[in-house]
Amino acid sequence: MDDIQAILRNMMQVAVDPTTAAVAIAVIGLNIHFGYTGLLNIGQSAFMLLGAYGMAISITQGWPLVVAVIVGLAIAFVFALVLGVPTLKLRGDYLAIVTISAAEIVRYVGRSVGYERLFNLTGGAQGIAGSKYRSPFSNLSFFGSGNTTLLEFNYTDVANGATWVRLVGWVLVVGLIWTAIRIARGKIALESVTRTVALVVLILLTALLTFFLVPVNQQDTGVDGWWFTVVTWVLVGISLLIVVGLTRSPWGRALKGVREDEDAMRSLGKNVFAIKMQALVIGGLFGAIGGMMYVLPGSVQPDAMGRNITFFCYTALLLGGAATIWGPVLGSLIFFVGRIGIIGIANTYLSSDKYINIMNGQQTSQFAFILVGVALMLLVIFRPQGILGDKRELRFNV
Amino acid sequence: MSRTSLPERGGIARTAAYLGLLMLVAPLLLFFSGGPAEALTLCVPKADETACIAGTMGSRAEPISGVDVILTKPDGTTETQTTAEDGRFAFEVTEAGDYLVGVDPDTLPKGSELRPPSEASLRGPDGSIKVDNVQLGKSYGPTLAVRAKGFSTSTSKWDEFLQSSVNGIRLGLLLALASVGLSLIYGTTGLSNFAHAEQVTLGGMVGYGLVNLLGWNLWIGGLGVMIICGFTGWFQDRVLWQPLRRRGLGLTQMMIVTIGLSLAMQYSFQFFAGADTKRVVVEQATVRTFGPITITDRSLAAMAISAVFLALVGFALLRTRVGRATRAVSDNPALAQASGIDTDKVIRLVWTVAMALAGLSGLLYALVVNGIKWDTGLQILLLLFAAVTLGGLGTAFGALVGALIIGLVVELSPLVIPGDFKYAAALLILILLLLVRPQGLLGRAQRVG
Repeated sequence: MDDIQAILRNMMQVAVDPTTAAVAIAVIGLNIHFGYTGLLNIGQSAFMLLGAYGMAISITQGWPLVVAVIVGLAIAFVFALVLGVPTLKLRGDYLAIVTISAAEIVRYVGRSVGYERLFNLTGGAQGIAGSKYRSPFSNLSFFGSGNTTLLEFNYTDVANGATWVRLVGWVLVVGLIWTAIRIARGKIALESVTRTVALVVLILLTALLTFFLVPVNQQDTGVDGWWFTVVTWVLVGISLLIVVGLTRSPWGRALKGVREDEDAMRSLGKNVFAIKMQALVIGGLFGAIGGMMYVLPGSVQPDAMGRNITFFCYTALLLGGAATIWGPVLGSLIFFVGRIGIIGIANTYLSSDKYINIMNGQQTSQFAFILVGVALMLLVIFRPQGILGDKRELRFNV
Repeated sequence: MSRTSLPERGGIARTAAYLGLLMLVAPLLLFFSGGPAEALTLCVPKADETACIAGTMGSRAEPISGVDVILTKPDGTTETQTTAEDGRFAFEVTEAGDYLVGVDPDTLPKGSELRPPSEASLRGPDGSIKVDNVQLGKSYGPTLAVRAKGFSTSTSKWDEFLQSSVNGIRLGLLLALASVGLSLIYGTTGLSNFAHAEQVTLGGMVGYGLVNLLGWNLWIGGLGVMIICGFTGWFQDRVLWQPLRRRGLGLTQMMIVTIGLSLAMQYSFQFFAGADTKRVVVEQATVRTFGPITITDRSLAAMAISAVFLALVGFALLRTRVGRATRAVSDNPALAQASGIDTDKVIRLVWTVAMALAGLSGLLYALVVNGIKWDTGLQILLLLFAAVTLGGLGTAFGALVGALIIGLVVELSPLVIPGDFKYAAALLILILLLLVRPQGLLGRAQRVG
């Protein structure tokens, strides 16, 4: 049980981690591209990287945080225009090839050491250390110093944290999630307002109960602390609200129209190119914000934000459910938490003399990535709508 | 001249001065072995047990720290050391044989590169330096000096251009071998296969297994690689792609399936083969010089083999029944089926041949650049896509033209812009071409969107 508790603690740590939330924001952007509009953007990492570079370089040049964020967003905006103009009038797979190529160009330029002035800004493959740009953000914190445990009242306070307490707790968590999914997918019929309230209450309860079972303790303000965590998750919340607003508007319906049948939209007199471009820009801006939040606790490293981040975003999106509001967040959580869980289980049970020893420490992490790849394949083949999605929404073809 | 025998401070200073003088001369000596080297290094060879390959990065007067020095052992494995403040590195080896010492160019100071030895016989592949015939109980000190990039003693721009062009054609032919298959798959099924580059890596890895580990003859090993990789293509289509086509899974969804497959394959290579470079053939290739151009035998053979196979594919497509059927399916699958062509059979064949060619390309690539790594495919995936798109999606001959252009751009662009922009340059050309001619060079113009 101690082994399991340790693995769960790691998983929980990742679940609240600001980088998970940051990727979730990028996935929300990708959802606008791929889920709602049907644009196959395989270069979301470039939007993230450009946002991160824009912010970090501006701050190292001594500009204030607000300006730095605007610079990051502006660069992503221009990048979206540059990508969109040549490709959005072409067949979808051209967009795929151009976005992935452009993302690689951004990465190559970022890690280049060839031009002195560029190198002084980007730091080449080493990137920019977080300490050089983090402080304006950390200084905003009003959380003070010290450590805080989320939910001081936790399982250790009931019957000394006996196994049964935790087992009962986890059964309850599974039950709550199950009910929430049934409500979300309309299996339990509720009015739209009651439905939203019920969902929010269920999600809050689940989160509280999970924290009761696996309390998380971290610094209030320091790197990776509560300040970073709270701000990033609040941004996730704001992004979700924006997406809800956008997709329920006439413009959001136009997006879906483009996804379903471009020609029909054109015959209705809509400017398909403009709609696609708007979607590409807005999703890209979310990507840039995700990128900024992604690098704040760490550092800007071009190689850490390459193609694989985009692929992970796709896995998370498809896992949660494309063209759904909650899908990106749920998918990111399951993706990162699941990956850490697999690594933890492999480390504990497959890589130690206590149980089975069939792989070494490095192989457990690779093993997790192999499973990610296989999971992505199986997901697309057997459940393309993911956990929350509607299968009818994903029949489109680019 | 050993430090312990000199008690006074002045003596030490004098020794240091001697050493400094020696180091100024050292770049002129290609090897310095015996007493002085031993005293300088952290490695002491033991008779019949170990040998040392040690030295200083840069010069003694101006040592360079933080450089990754890479030693390639006779069995093809590599060992890396990062030089400390004093620029020293010292490898202790336990095996006699031929070694290679190189550096990771990314870790060198900006704008500098490793100076190639003046004697051609000491020049190894990829700018490394040969340390041949290492015997146990001795010390070897290869000279790792640096010079400013772009510096050249005898090579003119024209010579450099010729050499880069040959390298470009070599890369282009290898890319063509893989991208023809990629293009055929796209043409017959409409699928952009993101796992294609992993099949290239697979070819190199299977080659490493057959030739290096199992000790097969290289030619038989090459045949084995093609058979095994071809089988993976047949098998993939049998268990994965054909059933998915029958289920009517959309092309976008299928493309994401290939992304998943590519992730799974990459990390499987890392899981089973490790993260270091694997060499298919351990022996060094002989270097030949034609005027200003130096090239290894192996590269020449690889180019010839690529050309032969490309010609065979071209002949088959143009002159054989099955080739004509393939082009028909590529043109219009429904019409092809209606005229009695078994499209499933054609697609199965295309998958098999495409994967066999990708495997061969990987094996040749591994032979030419001296090894294969889990992410070799990842590095060239976009070059493959650029080649295919540049030539015209779905056209086999377009892929050939596109691959040659991309190969040349990659190898020639460092003459004008910094070397680490060479892949970016190739991809930029792709994007620019799409602006003016979206159907590619040999593609047919059609209204899209």
